[in-house]
Amino acid sequence: MSKIPLQFRHNGRDVAIFVDGGTNLLVALRELIGDMTPKFGCGQGGCGTCSVLVDGELHLSCLTLAETVAGRSVETLDGMKQGPSLHPLQRAFADNFAAQCGYCTPGMLMAAKALLDRNPSPSRDEVIEAISGNICRCTGYEPIINAILAAASGRVSA
Amino acid sequence: MAVTVKTFASASEAAGVLSSDRSARYLGGGTLVMRALNEGDVSISTVVRASDQALTRIDASGPRITLGAGVTFARVLAERDLAFLHTPARSIGGPAVRNMGTVGGNLFAPSPYGDFTVALLALDATVAVAGGFGSRDIPIEEFLQARERQAGTLVLSVSCTRPANSDAFRYRKIARIKPKGGSVITLAAHLPISGGRIAGARIALGSMAPTQIRARAAERALEGRSLDAATIAAAASAATEGTSPSDNALGSAWYRREIVGVHLRRLLSGQE
Repeated sequence: MSKIPLQFRHNGRDVAIFVDGGTNLLVALRELIGDMTPKFGCGQGGCGTCSVLVDGELHLSCLTLAETVAGRSVETLDGMKQGPSLHPLQRAFADNFAAQCGYCTPGMLMAAKALLDRNPSPSRDEVIEAISGNICRCTGYEPIINAILAAASGRVSA
Repeated sequence: MAVTVKTFASASEAAGVLSSDRSARYLGGGTLVMRALNEGDVSISTVVRASDQALTRIDASGPRITLGAGVTFARVLAERDLAFLHTPARSIGGPAVRNMGTVGGNLFAPSPYGDFTVALLALDATVAVAGGFGSRDIPIEEFLQARERQAGTLVLSVSCTRPANSDAFRYRKIARIKPKGGSVITLAAHLPISGGRIAGARIALGSMAPTQIRARAAERALEGRSLDAATIAAAASAATEGTSPSDNALGSAWYRREIVGVHLRRLLSGQE
């Protein structure tokens, strides 16, 4: 079966790859582009660790047919840091011990970014709602919620 | 296994391919079909898509609203004129699933999913489908009863009449995990009132049978009566009639039968 050419913007950079029919965006990002920040968790839409932004909207890359992002902009955790500096959300996660094993962290950070991009000063309930599609099994949700609230209010270390 | 992806500009072309190829599946938001592909479902060898603008149209201005099959739950939530559908839309998934999952796809979501469809069933929605025979409108109840045979048809849109007021339409999803989780049971009630009495009650239940079903005995208990404590008690005690829930990780069939009357009573009495 022939490969399908696919072009899109990946963290602000144009990329061109060839995918097999039916390839999901997560596989395209990890195996064809080499961006290992989105993780494979459940493959069913239940865990959220593969979350990326497609044209600024939170999507699950494992449930996104790669071809459907042709010509669109895909942001992953890899594009979050600004040069050598971490993004305020990343610093807040470190400050607040919001990552233990870290497997859910890429998805948590993208879900948090999707929230703060649209709502820079969310309430605690809005934060809980924003990460409701992301499962954490070891850190616990409280530090993660606190980190997102800290980032929103600018309470982060330099 | 690689699949062939076919993208069409018009819904009717996509419908033609779907109806002629048994191994073809229509890809909406991806939350069902991509999941099946990720799990290695070899029964799908062709994925059909349509970029037809008509599939993502919302017409919410009048008394009868129409949602294109490709309208996402996030778009339903962004539409002020669709306030009556916000509770069911919000009860689905997390934000990412709501950005992807569609109204049309929800009609095919197996238990414990398909909550939005429970709301549409209570609202007596009409499903517009296109197949090899052209397009036609099907009452949602008929559509659901034949859902296993609907894989070859393309859903174009769903439409329903706006409830008269916020009291006339009620929705409740019972989940173990809050704010997100699969449904233990889902209930929706449309209770039009005429002269102080209920006229045309429709109660819909999710996760109480292989597909979303109406609680007809409960509807009969409500019909022509005022919504008082005795009527509500009669409807609640009839809630299990005609149901055939099954066991899953979220709850047993026994538990579902035990709680459906309790939650119907709370829904009808306006309790949280």
